[in-house]
Order: sequence, then structure tokens, then C-alpha cells
Amino acid sequence: MSNAPPPSRQTPFILALLGLGLVLPFIFYPVFLMKGLCFGLFAAAFNLLLGYVGLLSFGHAMFFGWSAYVTAFTAKEWGLTPEIAILLGVATAAVLGGVVGWLAIRRQGIYFAMITLALAQLGFFVAVQAPMTHGEDGIQGVPRGHLFGLIDLSNTMAMYYFVLAVFVLSLLFLYRVVNSPFGQVLKAIRDNEPRAISLGYEVSRYKLIAFVLSAAFAGLAGSLKSLVFQLASLADVSWHMSGEVVLMTLLGGVGTVLGPTVGAFLVVAIQDFFAGIGSWVIIIQGVIFVICVLLFRSGMIGVLAPWLKRRGITG
Amino acid sequence: MMTILGIPTQALFGQLLLGLINGAFYAMLSLGLALIFGLLNIINFSHGALYMMGAFVAWLALNFLGLGYWGALIAAPLVVAVIGIIIERTMLCRLYKLDHLYGLLLTFGLALIIEGLFREGYGVSGQPYAVPPALAGGWNLGFMFLPIYRGWVVVASLVLCLGTWYAIEKTKLGAYLRAGTENPTLVQAFGINVPLMITLTYGFGVALAAIAGVLAAPIYQVSPKMGSDLIIVVFAVVVIGGMGSIMGSILTGYMLGIVEGLTKVFYPEAASTVIFMVMVVVLLIKPAGLFGKGA
Repeated sequence: MSNAPPPSRQTPFILALLGLGLVLPFIFYPVFLMKGLCFGLFAAAFNLLLGYVGLLSFGHAMFFGWSAYVTAFTAKEWGLTPEIAILLGVATAAVLGGVVGWLAIRRQGIYFAMITLALAQLGFFVAVQAPMTHGEDGIQGVPRGHLFGLIDLSNTMAMYYFVLAVFVLSLLFLYRVVNSPFGQVLKAIRDNEPRAISLGYEVSRYKLIAFVLSAAFAGLAGSLKSLVFQLASLADVSWHMSGEVVLMTLLGGVGTVLGPTVGAFLVVAIQDFFAGIGSWVIIIQGVIFVICVLLFRSGMIGVLAPWLKRRGITG
Repeated sequence: MMTILGIPTQALFGQLLLGLINGAFYAMLSLGLALIFGLLNIINFSHGALYMMGAFVAWLALNFLGLGYWGALIAAPLVVAVIGIIIERTMLCRLYKLDHLYGLLLTFGLALIIEGLFREGYGVSGQPYAVPPALAGGWNLGFMFLPIYRGWVVVASLVLCLGTWYAIEKTKLGAYLRAGTENPTLVQAFGINVPLMITLTYGFGVALAAIAGVLAAPIYQVSPKMGSDLIIVVFAVVVIGGMGSIMGSILTGYMLGIVEGLTKVFYPEAASTVIFMVMVVVLLIKPAGLFGKGA
């Protein structure tokens, strides 16, 4: 773009955000922040598909939840160190993502959404029955362990900075992906699939790679979440979770790098704030959905984007 | 006791009947979805919530107005249709020019609101609804015991489904509807009020869901969760059927109900997942669905 802002103003903005991330746990409850970061990562992973390939997956809870189960199980039952448990969780999510993606990209649009939803429900029913997941109870009391055998993650601050580091690196990686030649092809598919095909791109392969990437990062978020809360449960694999990540992304802004994280923090804040009054959380989420779709389709960051762009903060 | 393949006939036919009844609900709900999708191009995620609302209207009418089952069978669809029409006129009509996905997201939000409100009012535990006296009891058919109410549900659903199919495929009104999905502008030029037709179709589609809700009330418990449990299975049915045709969604609905019932007899562990497994197989062989056209 000819009027692209000089990168000099982007760097200070990112550094400021990073600084904010480092200071925040002294102001806010760190567990709340970790929850926001985990869901922010989940939403960013989901957004890779919806925002950059135009694929609405309604089944991302499957990757989030199953990697949470695998991490929790291997950390608790096998006593693996957190980094290995997380890697196994991510690998599980990537494999599941490969299978679900391979099946789902055969259809487009709403069919794609319904297939991912139905397959995720299959994953939910397996979780209900499998002995490994302990059904309704979930896997409780997951040990956080020592990172690389050195850093004791049962210390909340250590856990927080670990989560923050993973979050920042993942977001940088995702940012790199969408701004690479690969990312350009994804956007071309989103904007005009037949044209991308006629240009000679193997569209299904690109879609599948994006799906697996998205699933893997959703899995990373789930694995982290299971260590933060020391719990993996049916709620993580249920379709409400799939809906929540859609809500976070929509609220924050589809197709923006920071939007999903902003949306995730908003949704988590709403959940914590209204936790005491039962079903009103669901009702409020529903109302936000309706408002976003009717009036506010570009989301928070989408609305702010022109302003941010003018100031040379985002490209 | 007689057995078939080592299974007592009583159990086999019992599960078959149960499957047939579930299939009746799958068929009614996927038919409504197909109708709404055909004309509005919207996947009505709130369909399950409106089905639940139908059951609740029947329960509320009985407990607060003393209106019995037969009255509810008329009143509930009307109430839900009016609510549906309000939803269509105030919200859905703004989305027709946008990507289909927005319709799915909006109705998902509506489903959360409706389910949340009923949860807030009535908790998650189910409310019982008695079988109407005229349909109580059952017949001993020799090989199995058939509760009359369950037989009635299957018959009522067949009549509704086939009636809808006839109205759409064989009548002039149906011809307008089908033309409206092909080319709304042209149909409008012939002096047919397409927006009104769309609104009424949505009302009729959700009324079908509400009737299913009333029919379900005496069989399952009337609970805020009843819709969300069912809707995803119905989505799988829709993917398997392909939503290309009205008859396709009816046949697929019944077929999958029976498949599920049979699985319960021979391999109960897989009963809750068999429909999704069928979906995977169908997608592998025929990505457009059994009755679908194109991708």
C-alpha cells in the first residue's frame, strides 16, 4: 500500500502493549488475565480461519477441549513436564484438525460450519464416554509442574509470565503467517475462490494447512488453560465453547490481529462480572451476538481500525 | 420369548419405534430448516430454541390458562409463528444481502437469548407434561406394546411432512415459493409480494418447529435444554440429506432416527455418535449429501 505507515510507529505501540502485559498482573488478578490471554490466543487461532480464509468453523471447542484433556492427562497420570504435556496437547489438536479439516473443506459456507459443529459434537460425545476424561467430573487437580524442570509454575506469577510469553510468541507467529506469501494466498481464497483456483493455486491444500494451523493454536490455548486452571472438563469441548470463541472474534473484530484478544478479554470480563446471576451470562452473550451482527459487523477493533491506521499504529 | 439375531423382539421393536419417533422429530425440524434455508438462505440456528418454546407454550398454557393438549397444538404454533415473524421483520430481513454466515450467527445469538430466558425462569430440570387422556394407554400388537401416543406422533408427523411436501411441490402457492427462491426479482415483477411470502415462510417454518415441540412435550421432559441437544443432530441430518429437496430432508430424518434406534439395540455405546459417523461416511462418498445438488 502506498500510504502504509512507517514501521517506526508500529514498534513503540507493540512495545507499549508488551509493557502493559508485564505490569498488569500487579494491578489485576493474574488468573483473570491468564484466562483472558488463553481465550485471546484461542480466538486469534479461530480468526486465522474466519478472518483470513473466510471459513467459519463452529467446532473449534474440539481442538481446544481435547488438547486440554491430553495435557491434563499426561501431566497428571504420566507426570510429564508441562512443556511436553503441552506439545502432546498441540499435536493432538493438529491431528484432529487434519481429520476434521480434510472432511469439512469438501463443503463451503454454512455447510462447512455445520459439519465442523457436528464433528465437534462427535468429539463431545466421545469425551462423555471415554474413561480418560472422567466424564462429568473432568480431570481435576492437574499439576502445573516445573517448566523445563526449572521454573515452578505453581507460582502464579511464574505461570502468568509463561502464559504471556507463549501468547506473545504465538501472536507474532500468526501475524507473520497472515502477512506472508502464504497469507496472501489465503486472503485471495477468501476474497474470490474461483479466481484463486484459476490462478493455479491448490486451494484445498491451502485451506487444510490453515485449518491445521488454526486447530494447533486453538489446542495450544486449551493446553495452557488446563494448566492455568488445573482442570480439563466437558465445558471445554461443548458447543457453547465453540460459540463463545465465535463471539469473542466477532466482538473484537474479524480479520484483525488484535481484535480477537480484545473480544476475548471483554467476554471473559462479562463472564466474571455476571457469574453470580446464573443464566443471564448466556442471555447477555446472545444479546451481544445479535447487536454485533446487526449493527457492529466489523467489531471493536474494526471500528477503531481507520483511527489506528491514521496514526500509523497498525498496517 | 422370540428373538431376532439374539435380540428379544420386544426390545428390538421397542427401539425401532423409539428410533421412528426420534426420526419423526428430525424430519419435522430439518423440513422447517430446509424451507427457511430455501427461501431466506438462512440457517436457522434458533430452530431448536423455537421447538423448545413450542413445548413450553403448551406447558404454560396448561398450567396457567388450563388450555389442554389439543388447544396447545393450535395455540403454540401460532404464538411461536408470531414471534418468528417479529424476528424476521425486525432482524433477519436486514441480513439477506450479506454473507449467509451472518444469518447463522444472528440466529445463534437468538438461540442463546431464548434458551437463557427459559433457563432463568424454569431452571434446567424438566417439567412433566401428561399424555392427553384421549391418547393414553396402548395396544398390544402381539410382537410389541405400542403406546397410542407414540403412534399418534408418528402419524401426525407423517401427515405434516407429506402435507408440506405436497403444498410445496404440487400446488400453485408452492410453485410461487420455488420460483421465489430461483429469481425473486422476476417473481416480484409478476406482482407477487415476495417479502410477504418470505415472512410467512419463516413463520410457517418455525410453526413446524413449535408443533414438533408440542408433540414432544408428553414424550420428553419440557426443559430449556431440549432444543440445543436436538439441533446439532438435526444439523447433521441436514448435512447428510443435503437439504436440496423437501422430500430429501423428510426421508433422511426418518432414516437416521431408525439407524440410531437400531444402534441402540446392537451397540448402545455408539448410539449418541452414530449419526455423526454416518455423516462422515456420507461426506466421504457424496460431499453434497444424499439428496443434495452441487457443492
